[in-house]
Amino acid sequence: MAEVAIRGVHKSYNKVPTVHGVDLSIADGEFVVLLGPSGCGKSTLLRMIAGLEEITAGEIAIDGTVVNALEPRERGCAMVFQNYALYPHMTVAENIGYALKVAGTRKPERRARVAAVAQSLGIAELLDRKPGTLSGGQRQRVAIGRAMIREPKVFLFDEPLSNLDAKLRAQMRIEIRRLHQRLGVTSVFVTHDQVEAMTLADRLVVLNHGRIEQIGTPTEVYRRPASRFVAGFIGAPAMNFLTGTLAADGRIAIGSGAGTPVTIGVRPDEIQLLDAPLKGTLDFEIELVEELGTGQVFYGRSGEMEMTVMRNGGGEAALPRSGQRLFLKIPMTCVHLFEVESGRRIDLPPSRLAAE
Amino acid sequence: MVERSPILNLISQLLLFLGLLSALLPFAIIAIAASHDLRTVNEVPMPLTPGPYFWDNIVEAWNRADLGPKIVNSIVFAAGVALGKVFIAALTAFSIVYFRYWGKMVVFWAIFITLMLPLEVRIVPTYAVAANVLSPYQALLDISGITWLVRQATGIEIALKWGLLNSYTGLILPLIATATGTFLYRQFFLTLPDELTEAARMDGAGAIRFFFDVLLPLSRTNMAALGTIMFVWAWNQYLWPLLVTTDAAHGTAVTQLKELIPQTNGTPDWHIAMAGTLIVMLPPLVVVIFMQRWFVRGLVAAEK
Ligand SMILES: Nc1ncnc2c1ncn2[C@@H]1O[C@H](COP(=O)(O)OP(=O)(O)OP(=O)(O)O)[C@@H](O)[C@H]1O
Ligand SMILES: [Mg+2]
Repeated sequence: MAEVAIRGVHKSYNKVPTVHGVDLSIADGEFVVLLGPSGCGKSTLLRMIAGLEEITAGEIAIDGTVVNALEPRERGCAMVFQNYALYPHMTVAENIGYALKVAGTRKPERRARVAAVAQSLGIAELLDRKPGTLSGGQRQRVAIGRAMIREPKVFLFDEPLSNLDAKLRAQMRIEIRRLHQRLGVTSVFVTHDQVEAMTLADRLVVLNHGRIEQIGTPTEVYRRPASRFVAGFIGAPAMNFLTGTLAADGRIAIGSGAGTPVTIGVRPDEIQLLDAPLKGTLDFEIELVEELGTGQVFYGRSGEMEMTVMRNGGGEAALPRSGQRLFLKIPMTCVHLFEVESGRRIDLPPSRLAAE
Repeated sequence: MVERSPILNLISQLLLFLGLLSALLPFAIIAIAASHDLRTVNEVPMPLTPGPYFWDNIVEAWNRADLGPKIVNSIVFAAGVALGKVFIAALTAFSIVYFRYWGKMVVFWAIFITLMLPLEVRIVPTYAVAANVLSPYQALLDISGITWLVRQATGIEIALKWGLLNSYTGLILPLIATATGTFLYRQFFLTLPDELTEAARMDGAGAIRFFFDVLLPLSRTNMAALGTIMFVWAWNQYLWPLLVTTDAAHGTAVTQLKELIPQTNGTPDWHIAMAGTLIVMLPPLVVVIFMQRWFVRGLVAAEK
């Protein structure tokens, strides 16, 4: 168990900068999830912690020791790969025990530890099989077992669940979380699946273009996204963004008007759908309806703007259909404001927001 | 796309059968010729039915050409070359695929270019080196003037000498480099996912460990295929063994066959020559049949 400190880490591939100065400190026993769109540098960051990728600038310390110049095996990290990366010619037992074999552990001890790990992952009866004969879920368990057996200081996961089907993924997610609760090992988990990220993380790190956009608990990141990017990236369906203005007295208006131009963000499930116009409502023409079972998602436009609205329940009553005109009420207490240029969040005291 | 029609099937079967027939015909003629006596084999045309002297001819050929020790030599030679090639090629490809070092591309292209320099083309320099492995260094010393300097200073003549003629080492060593084999391995190594290497690094395995624990076991079928091809290739070598083994004790079976070929004014005992040929053909055939299962898998598909 150990804390991990990442200080000003940069990475360039052939002079092309990919990670631009990441600072992150991970507490002992914490489960941190790195989340971001494809190509944002999540894997790169993880692999720099593992020692599989050189660090261009900055430093990474594990347990207080700067590990920049250390080989992967000396860092005390274990990694679970997306494609499992099991050795195809070795049995499950040999796969799990390989690290011990390399380390020169005696055979009886090795066998005992492999058996214990396999037991705890529920793969004891697979020990003599080759990886080629296992299902995806079983392979991933073996890969986790291979990481566990070394009793690492840090667990690194690079999208370990993305090759599994949805149901298995949900199940493995819970198992990984349980494992973490049981072992309490510091873990870094990379994913681009926000549900996975939200459910697993103690703390969430949202990355974009090789920079950290926000660090916080899943709730914080969802409730108070630090930037327009985070707001749009987290939450499904994605947040609506409208252009608007913020007046000096804190009044927010949609469309153009007096005051500073801002981007107004509002989550689809916080918009109210009305049959009749009220003061301050927007027209909404439905183009597409998605039935979710627990509710519906309506895609449509309000004047020039594309809007998404989500409604929970309401399956019984006559559904609004595409082509129908409805009215939207946006509760101004729920909106998020972002600077137009930088996309950074603008925080207003709640008292001022309430005045509408 | 797989076409399934009886007529097409018939035609392809027929074509294959014709191919097989034309491939087997020379062998049949050899076998038939080896079963007749001197008079019958020289009849024109030669009878196309086997005669009764097959075993006698085999024994005669075996004794006359002293094939016993020669076949042992051949087996040592061919197996040595095959194993050497398999191992050297694996190591070379390992270096080319898994390491980043200065001059890597130069090495790669140097190996590539040797594809254009088969043994027959470089036979003279190769022979010179085999006659004295140290001759290139001697040449360097001579050209750079060090030999002269030492002679002037001490009166000692530097003469480096390490000959390989008439030895197994001399037979085998100059032949074990193989560009083809290196590329076979290279292609195979490139198909292995990077994660496998990374997993091994995370597990603490160094380069050598990774090579022996992961790469070699995974390329078993490749090794079998390459080994078989190279065994047959080495077995059939004529020019090199002929040059290097001036001493008959080190001769190989294939070079020995010329002892059985009738001289211009000698008895035309082709039946003995054919019997000898049959004997010499046998060992590579056995190897191919024995390795076939592995061999085909190695050439056709990478194991999952
Ligand atoms: N070996 C490499 N050489 C050059 N560029 C690379 C290399 N590895 C990654 N990159 C680049 O670095 C950037 C970040 O890659 P990285 O693999 O970290 O993305 P990621 O966030 O893990 O994406 P994904 O979710 O698709 O896995 C990408 O633009 C990628 O093209
Ligand atoms: Mg990745």
